[in-house]
Amino acid sequence: MAYVMILFPLFMAGVALAFPSNRLRPWLLPLTAVIYSAATVFVLTQPDLMVTAKWLVLDPAGRIVLLVVSTLFLFCSFYTVGYLQYRKERSNRVFCACMLGFLGIMSVVVWSHHLGLMWVAIEATTLVTAPLIYFNRTQRSIEATWKYLMVGSVGIALALLGTFFLAYASLQTGLESNLTFEDILRDAPQLSKPWLHAAFILLLVGYGTKMGLAPMHTWKPEVYGEVPGVVGAIFAGGVTSCAFLAILRIYQICIAAGESAYISRLLLFMGLFSMVVAGLFMVNQRDFKRMLAYSSVEHMGILVLGLGIGGPALFGTLLHIVTNGLTKGVLFLSSGNIHRAYGGKTTDVVTGAMRRLPLSGTLFLAGFLAITGSPPFGPFISEFAILNGAFSMGRFITAAMFLVLLLLVFIGMGATVLKVVQGRAPASVQNTPYRDGWLTAAPVIILMGMVLCIGLYIPAPLDTLIKDAVCFLEGRP
Amino acid sequence: MTNLLNTVLVTILMMNLFALGTSRILAVTRIVALQGVLLGLIPLLVHKHLTIPIALTVVVAIVIKAIVIPSIIMRALRDAQIKHEVKPLIGFLPSIILGALATAFALLFAGQLPLAGNHYYTLLVPTSIATVLVGFILLVTRYKAISQVIGYLVLENGIFIFSMLLIEAMPLIVEMGVMLDLFVGIFVTCIIINHINQAFSSMDTRRLVSLKE
Repeated sequence: MAYVMILFPLFMAGVALAFPSNRLRPWLLPLTAVIYSAATVFVLTQPDLMVTAKWLVLDPAGRIVLLVVSTLFLFCSFYTVGYLQYRKERSNRVFCACMLGFLGIMSVVVWSHHLGLMWVAIEATTLVTAPLIYFNRTQRSIEATWKYLMVGSVGIALALLGTFFLAYASLQTGLESNLTFEDILRDAPQLSKPWLHAAFILLLVGYGTKMGLAPMHTWKPEVYGEVPGVVGAIFAGGVTSCAFLAILRIYQICIAAGESAYISRLLLFMGLFSMVVAGLFMVNQRDFKRMLAYSSVEHMGILVLGLGIGGPALFGTLLHIVTNGLTKGVLFLSSGNIHRAYGGKTTDVVTGAMRRLPLSGTLFLAGFLAITGSPPFGPFISEFAILNGAFSMGRFITAAMFLVLLLLVFIGMGATVLKVVQGRAPASVQNTPYRDGWLTAAPVIILMGMVLCIGLYIPAPLDTLIKDAVCFLEGRP
Repeated sequence: MTNLLNTVLVTILMMNLFALGTSRILAVTRIVALQGVLLGLIPLLVHKHLTIPIALTVVVAIVIKAIVIPSIIMRALRDAQIKHEVKPLIGFLPSIILGALATAFALLFAGQLPLAGNHYYTLLVPTSIATVLVGFILLVTRYKAISQVIGYLVLENGIFIFSMLLIEAMPLIVEMGVMLDLFVGIFVTCIIINHINQAFSSMDTRRLVSLKE
């Protein structure tokens, strides 16, 4: 099954490269995404399909990421068709192929149970997403691509060094090691501690760069500011979730090795620091796409913070992968619509989005309320669960800082969002060609509906999925 | 054998400092190419027996690190007509001092880490960490895009040196390091055929400031 889920999107990427018609090519994305989502649902209900080889296993943590990314990709694929209708002047060959290629490589990340293979796959996601940033061919998008590749590849290099350190941690104590996740998890208590500590720091920094944790987040505002909204959604919900999965693996190894005290300090620090940086840069942010980038930095911080708290906060953290991924989809897709309608992305030109685009404007506002943790949306539940976990672990200072930072972000982000949606739209933008259509609005509405639904009631299968993953992470049967 | 290996490693450390202190990009490229040759020879010194994966590592490392990448960098230099790194963020002499400090730190840090039996008498770990740090210094203090790529190449060489510790146990994992070369290749190709040159006319990353906060 793993081979099907990996090779099918890659095959479709090849088809997209060879496909002659620029007008029909985008439809390959929804086609692939529908089949892929069906495969995802199928594999999630068939436990005996989840082990393909020793190094290709779909474990409970991987299942959550697979579910989020394939759902997000499904809606983004329909949106892409609508988006590319406005970009007829440009060939979308490479764009479509890279989107599909990303789906295939994401499957490798999710399935891989070998730390080396996982590293290769995450490196490949960097390579395959770089052309997506470059889609607009402007000077600023070249800058963003260069910065993304440079910062990302340093992160990837450090992650490789960390992987080598981890391998040496088992070699040094004379273990037969081959970097398969299962073996290394089993041998975790015997790993050489100093090497494991050093490996954890390198892997956290390396994969953290890919996630966009502060202070390695510098590529994020640049990239998210320049890319089309749909690519932003794929980055903020997909690429970062894959990188977080890598951090989850390392976390699990360290927990199994009995190093929870050591790693939780580092994770808490990284998480809170990311939230502080994001909060500070969000205040007075005039560019609403860059604002979303800092919001992504903040939520990566929340994920890592939840991991650092551990124990009772793990449920909230894993749920937050889902809620953050879906809400980021809403925000990036609706902001893409606003950007297109106004031809600008700063609050100097963008005001009165509610009047110019009643649907996208409302969704953008609702997405903002959801992502900042207002009830009754999904992120409220996950953030509340993390907070609850912090209190029940007795980490009162962490919990207090978490609350203050959430408030800071709410105020900073709120000021920009309200400027965008309220007021009177300038007369000049009434004539721009963009109107909310089925393809560009319906996917966002459904995503928003899902975010609301998780906030009101967590569906039983999702609940079981997350509880399984919590047990899996803590090493309970 | 260990003596010879340590001599090679010390030479690599010297080359790092040289790369930090030269403004002529062509000279730095040559040094890094030479470093690539030495790196390619390390597997032969670490190992007593020549096996197929090791022979493969030697050949691949020398071809890519010492021939392919330096020659495309040189082509990029020729196409863009640049010779010198203009005033780096940290001057050449201070960056040599910084590099020396990084090397000292690497020696101290490596002393803290336990090693498997037969690795005790080699300088593999400190050389590797020092080279990674020097690569990092080059990467963040230089402005020319091409100098940053060379910095990345040095960083990557450091990782390659570390992988020599694993070559006995996991020969194929070591080959993963080669994947990093892919990035370097892409960067340089970017510079050559892509538009950094046309769009910014001088390949100076300081010009990449329109996105600054």
